[in-house]
Amino acid sequence: MSVEQDFSVFVRHPARGVAAMDLVVEGVHCGGCMTTIEKGLKAHRGVRSARVNLASKRVTVEWDEGAMKPGSIVERLDELGFPAWPFAPEAAGGAEANEERRLLRALGVAAFAMMNIMLLSVSVWSGDLSPATRDMFHWISALIALPAVAIAGRPFFDSALRAIRQGAFNMDVPISLGVLLALVLSVAQTLQHQQEAYFDSAVMLLMFLLAGRVLDQRMRRRTRDVATNLAAMRSETALRILESGDAVETPIAAIKPGDLVLVRPGERITVDGLVETGRSDIDQSLVTGETALGEATPGRAVFAGTMNMTGALRIRVDKAASGTLLDEVNHLLARAVEQRSRWVRLADRAARLYAPVVHVTALATFVGWLLAGLAWQPALVIAITVLIITCPCALGLAVPAVQVVCASAMFKRGVLLNSGEALERLAGVDTIIFDKTGTLTLPRAEIANLAQIDPRDLAHAGALAAASNHPLARVIALASGARAPSDAREAPGQGVEAWFDGDRMRLGSASFCEASEDQRAGAAQWPDASLIYFRHGERVVSFAIRQALRPDAREIVAGLAARGFAIEILSGDRVEAVAAVARELSIATYAAGLKPADKIARLEQLKAKGHRVLMVGDGLNDAPALAAAHVSLSPISASHLAQAHADAVFLGERLAPVAAALALADKARRLMLQNLWLSVAYNAIAVPIAISGHATPLVAALAMSGSSILVTLNALRARHARGFAP
Amino acid sequence: MNILLILLPVAIGLGVCGLLACLWAMRTGQFDDLEGAGWRAIADDDLPEPSETETKPLS
Repeated sequence: MSVEQDFSVFVRHPARGVAAMDLVVEGVHCGGCMTTIEKGLKAHRGVRSARVNLASKRVTVEWDEGAMKPGSIVERLDELGFPAWPFAPEAAGGAEANEERRLLRALGVAAFAMMNIMLLSVSVWSGDLSPATRDMFHWISALIALPAVAIAGRPFFDSALRAIRQGAFNMDVPISLGVLLALVLSVAQTLQHQQEAYFDSAVMLLMFLLAGRVLDQRMRRRTRDVATNLAAMRSETALRILESGDAVETPIAAIKPGDLVLVRPGERITVDGLVETGRSDIDQSLVTGETALGEATPGRAVFAGTMNMTGALRIRVDKAASGTLLDEVNHLLARAVEQRSRWVRLADRAARLYAPVVHVTALATFVGWLLAGLAWQPALVIAITVLIITCPCALGLAVPAVQVVCASAMFKRGVLLNSGEALERLAGVDTIIFDKTGTLTLPRAEIANLAQIDPRDLAHAGALAAASNHPLARVIALASGARAPSDAREAPGQGVEAWFDGDRMRLGSASFCEASEDQRAGAAQWPDASLIYFRHGERVVSFAIRQALRPDAREIVAGLAARGFAIEILSGDRVEAVAAVARELSIATYAAGLKPADKIARLEQLKAKGHRVLMVGDGLNDAPALAAAHVSLSPISASHLAQAHADAVFLGERLAPVAAALALADKARRLMLQNLWLSVAYNAIAVPIAISGHATPLVAALAMSGSSILVTLNALRARHARGFAP
Repeated sequence: MNILLILLPVAIGLGVCGLLACLWAMRTGQFDDLEGAGWRAIADDDLPEPSETETKPLS
């Protein structure tokens, strides 16, 4: 049976006769790696160009159509020492990139307009211009400002209009109003040959606000880029069986419903579908959290993410293979996601408070001055300056600046955010719920009773195990490092047998090794482990194999408990297995054998008591709970669905990123609140000046830029979160 | 004040140049890889192969 990789789904055709592919590359850190890759690829015949993007860890390669197979690029990169995975740039990604470009263009226009208008305004403020020159300066400013606002203000005007049409109110409404009124007022003042015009304020406001928007958008794109890279690095493929009977290793993206897929023993199943032929035991721990093996027989549904243990299976791919579990999960997800969207972001809450206050203040100023006996025009001018000066310039930067800085600090500690608001939600957490399988434990297994096993037995058992493909046997083989004896014979589904110095050795199930009741009893102290027996002559040794705890799980859980978090385990696994882990981590509250709906029920119960819950989980069965929890985290090894519904993903084998994420989020929230208060303080000083009618354009310009810079500098402090080294 | 008639167009013209340069940079993807660009500047891949750069005796 020939097996070759088929990458044709990832190939683009940017021009006639040219093929191109995008790949995610691991291990690119510096200019050296960049040059190595680019030179190494270009040396290949037929390659037209290769360009590395160091920021996103990607390579784009173009070659002459037909000159080479796409697979050879991956091989070449492998030879150069950089494992690579092709991926298809998503259509959705294009929309986000366009949005960023649009904002960046608007920012460029606003910055240009601000510089030039400032040039003119500063001369006007200096005061010794003749009235004619001043008018000319104002007109030139108007000439620059009006088209600039028309272009750069679009993002705000559009969003404000949308909000008003829906009868809602967002931050963009006061912004648009402030900018437009500033322009109208300035043109009117210029027509009347007045000394003061606010063209510079209008444009400066837009510039600072756009800077905030660009940061926000960039953060969103960056998290999405990371997610795309991670998905590519899973590089999930399936062995598709062609009509000719050959099997081709095909990326999941190219597998269609109705295809027939072969899964060999020891391989992870990467598709959902129905078993067509074959019989096997499957490990569903990634899906249901249950560590006991399930059975796969023809007609049964199997799910992506499960591990095929003992026999080869042919699976008919079927997305609609609505297993009861998948149905239930999807149903629960829809409800949970709906509830989640009720969260209101900090900035929006501030806006809801802010906008009405500002408008009422402006109105009160107008009425106040009228009552004080001022004519309506000067009163209106003063009221509008109040609106201009209260425009939420620093407020627009207050939250995104902190988010961007904190997200990159988290990135350095191995936490990738799925959304910016996750930071805000993480900060309010008081209860942490862990899933067990794959979250507290690692997706790989270890021998639990290694200390009690004679090294000689281990070496012999390891040698036998090396002759088998069974995943449990592999664990023993790995632990011993022994090589397979030449005469080992495998009895499918039972074990391995070999002869050593005239003695028969067997490794496998209890019945295969003829273990007596007494010999089996020793295993009772490992209730959460799968057992394998080894028989050498009359001796019988049992190996208890179970999933290893994450190396720092004990310290991190203890540390979190010490910091006052309530900690629980909710698992779909058997109660003995969960209890053992809970005891080891000294977690008092745990529940086992839970279905997805049970996990949600527990979350709701906690929510009703006013707790804010962080859910950490990885399985398909955790996905609804992840979506329903106040905030959620997933390890990088988690199932697709779980990752998609987690607010953040953490890398590596350690649990430390979870603690770091909580600490950084706390800091981020503190800084955000500080920033919001800074903006309030700015208003407390600037608004009385504006109400009293003393706000000149110079005062407005100084106040706005001063507060924006202060807020940005404060956000930068998040980079120096101490004490959470990776 | 006549000097203004020269200076103002010059100042604004320079600003427009800057704006156009910025728009060009955006369109051609100059901001796509902010980390790589710094390394590319100091990469030596534009030098000829070492054997050719050896100092030749002056004739």
